[in-house]
Amino acid sequence: MKSRFENDMGYSEVTPKSVWLNRRDLLKSAGGATIAASIAGLANGATFEASKSIYSTDEELNDFEDITSYNNFYEFGTGKGDPARYAGELTTEPWSVVIDGMVENPGTYSYEDILSGAALEERIYRLRCVEAWSMVIPWIGFELGHLLKRAVPEPSAKFVAFETLVRPEEMRGQRSRFLLEWPYREGLRLDEAMNPLTILAVGLYGEELPNQNGAPIRLVVPWKYGFKSIKSIVRITLTDFQPPTTWNMQAPGEYGFYSNVNPLVDHPRWSQATERRVGSGLFARRMETQMFNGYEEYVAGLYEGMDLSTNY
Amino acid sequence: MSVPQKINGVLRKIPSWPIYILGPIPGIWVFWLALQDRLGADPLQALEHSLGERGLQLLVLTLLVTPVRRLTGVSFLKFRRAIGLVAFFYVVAHLLTWIVLDRQLDLADIWREIVKRPYITIGMAGFLAMVPLAVTSNNLSVRKMGAAAWTRLHRLAYVAAVAGAAHYLLLVKSWPTEPIVYALVVVALLMIRAWWAAQRRIARRARRAA
Repeated sequence: MKSRFENDMGYSEVTPKSVWLNRRDLLKSAGGATIAASIAGLANGATFEASKSIYSTDEELNDFEDITSYNNFYEFGTGKGDPARYAGELTTEPWSVVIDGMVENPGTYSYEDILSGAALEERIYRLRCVEAWSMVIPWIGFELGHLLKRAVPEPSAKFVAFETLVRPEEMRGQRSRFLLEWPYREGLRLDEAMNPLTILAVGLYGEELPNQNGAPIRLVVPWKYGFKSIKSIVRITLTDFQPPTTWNMQAPGEYGFYSNVNPLVDHPRWSQATERRVGSGLFARRMETQMFNGYEEYVAGLYEGMDLSTNY
Repeated sequence: MSVPQKINGVLRKIPSWPIYILGPIPGIWVFWLALQDRLGADPLQALEHSLGERGLQLLVLTLLVTPVRRLTGVSFLKFRRAIGLVAFFYVVAHLLTWIVLDRQLDLADIWREIVKRPYITIGMAGFLAMVPLAVTSNNLSVRKMGAAAWTRLHRLAYVAAVAGAAHYLLLVKSWPTEPIVYALVVVALLMIRAWWAAQRRIARRARRAA
């Protein structure tokens, strides 16, 4: 299969790792907006000039440290720092994903097999958490549609269900069944899954995904709240019914199947109108949350005629 | 002399004023760390949560004084006022962090949130319950009000503790351990008092009958 873009140059060849590892500190010591802009330009422009996806935002990136130290991944604990602390216990090699259900080519796809022939792109996406904070993250990944097409969904398939690995020996949060029901489950409508914005990410800042970010392969659906972007996927099942999803099962009144980012539909307990951009410091202003997290032009059509306040 | 009496003898010699100086230090330290951007990716949230949690911890500590004295004979009573006032310091700092840094003094927005969000309404109620306690936490107030009225007023501490625990429980997703532990501790501390109050009532009735 022909890749749309092939880039054999890593970020590390362009921007010294020490620079992007903690850009926030660097900016602080440099202390100026002009310098901030030029470094951001170096990090994005020089490396991915040819590969920039039209879907990438040019907003300032969160630095690697923020993205890898502030995570919700309850398989490793509920604290934001728990995943960074404990996800190292997870073995991600070998890894394979079972694709089953209503597909013509069901089977166990190895990680290497999944990556071979996948057109890797850098997608700089906003991530909006249901807890009203957000980040800007340079994912490396490929369109989920590419993998689904390989599996060939049957015409009657309507939904895609995803499951995270269950391995309590290595995922200490799973030793408690009290918190959430494992495996963590997520789902999309097939047309949402086939939308070009929906990617399977395998990398971050040009490198392999750190475990706390959902290694080795995770979903990224940028117009939905972060919990929809399921991590460390081991199963993808095509169905003709709306699959059960973890947070919806935990609190159906608070987390819907769709969970599209929507500033007009509040969480029952808190507002979704604004958000705090992680990494912007103690005195940063809250930002207005955008409809569909700013991806309205690409995805609004998926929900035409639907009442988004009942289909939250 | 029994062991509790010996301990009380030692405690009597320890002054309570250092609590006013040492108590706020962890809060000032965490604020300093936040200013230095050393509280991780989201320093505001870390600061807000740290101050709020410390306030709740100290509030729980004040509610422990009476049960500990009744069950063990060891009395920390002379430290309770200081602990309570330091708890109030943390709750005020937590509230100010939310108003000034999180909501950035957008008063209309702040009012909307207080009215609309139960966890904030309850948190504010807890704060308001602590105000008269802080104001009357001095010997002059005890003298002027009389011990009985003062004690009655200071039962608002129960309201504050329940509000604090509920406030925490209402802002988390699912059922993480920490807020559940605080809630259980607060409930236990109130239940033991309710039990004692019931015992007292029964004893009084028995005396009257006799």
